[in-house]
Amino acid sequence: MQQVEHELHQRRRSRNLGLLAVLLAFVALVFGLSVVKITQGDMMEGYDHRPRASVLPQDPNAPARDAAPVAAPGTPGALVDGTVTAPAAATAEGAAVEGGQ
Amino acid sequence: MADTNAYESTAPDHGFEAGFGDYVALLKPRVMSLVVFTAFVGLWIAPVAMNPFVAFCCVLFIALGGGASGALNMWYDADIDAVMKRTANRPVPAGRVPATEALGVGLALSGLSVMMLGLAANWFAAGFLAFTIFFYAVVYTVWLKRSTPQNIVIGGAAGAFPPMIGWACATGGISLESLLMFALIFFWTPPHFWALALFMKDDYSKAGVPMLTVTHGRKVARRHIFAYTLVLAPFAIWLGFTSVGGPLYLAVSVVLNALFIAGGWRILNRSEDAAQADGYKVEKRYFRLSLYYTFLHFLALLVQHWMGGW
Repeated sequence: MQQVEHELHQRRRSRNLGLLAVLLAFVALVFGLSVVKITQGDMMEGYDHRPRASVLPQDPNAPARDAAPVAAPGTPGALVDGTVTAPAAATAEGAAVEGGQ
Repeated sequence: MADTNAYESTAPDHGFEAGFGDYVALLKPRVMSLVVFTAFVGLWIAPVAMNPFVAFCCVLFIALGGGASGALNMWYDADIDAVMKRTANRPVPAGRVPATEALGVGLALSGLSVMMLGLAANWFAAGFLAFTIFFYAVVYTVWLKRSTPQNIVIGGAAGAFPPMIGWACATGGISLESLLMFALIFFWTPPHFWALALFMKDDYSKAGVPMLTVTHGRKVARRHIFAYTLVLAPFAIWLGFTSVGGPLYLAVSVVLNALFIAGGWRILNRSEDAAQADGYKVEKRYFRLSLYYTFLHFLALLVQHWMGGW
């Protein structure tokens, strides 16, 4: 009877130790995967593998984000001989500075 | 399900507590080895390079998915496993692990392996793995195995998916190469299992599993083995002419297929009396050859990949 108890405990210990090893291995695996995913520099969102716009390289030819609306010819703010009338020029300069950042 | 419940009521209850090894045995480690190897080859020879650690994780999760479907198979088939000599010592029929625990392990590992593969590789590969587990555990084990002699033909697809999943991990899709790797295992499975059934005849009869040898007779099974061997050869050789093939693979494939066809021809032309007289020597040799057949084909693909164009 005592021997049966002893064997039962041995089996239980083997199972618990095995489970511990599996759990530790799983933690190591997830940690390793995270390290690889981060360090290999993929421009990925972790959850859906889609490119994240904020980390994409900037396109020098892209239009400025808050560019001033182009004024219709003959209206205040429209280009007259290559210069812009005062109120609209201030807005355009501000947008150019922001777009260049 | 009813079968499993019936089994549970007769299972020995002697306070036995399963060791860790019994839970490992639930995952069918020998079957898993084929899954690991073919999935690894599919992943490694794909035209998109993967980080070695991520590749290792992918193969591990595919293997875990294969193991999960093995546990689900053991849960459902406990009653017939108990009858067959070859499977009677499995953890569930031997009473070392309760059937419900096998079910729990199978379901938990299925979910875990699919989720982790999705995070490690991509969700196409993860979906493919989920489908493979479903195909083996439900389509083959529950629907086909006990109802049709074509069980292993259709069910063989489950064993043929791993190289496609490996390929999908790297490329995110399917291509001719991965389909041909699938065909290689798919058409190899029936002759492999029917050769086994020829010399393990009592097992399947006792369990009531409708193997072709039981339902249509052994002569028909011999004809089918030869026919599938002929169908298999063109697919195996075709793979040699794709981007993953080459002269080395082709040479290996031609030799192996010639041997496989010759073996199938010998099985076809043997009478049952002659087979019984020599203890199914030819059938056993053909079965051993079939084990080498798949292994060497995939090994050749791997070596061919390392050698480049040679």
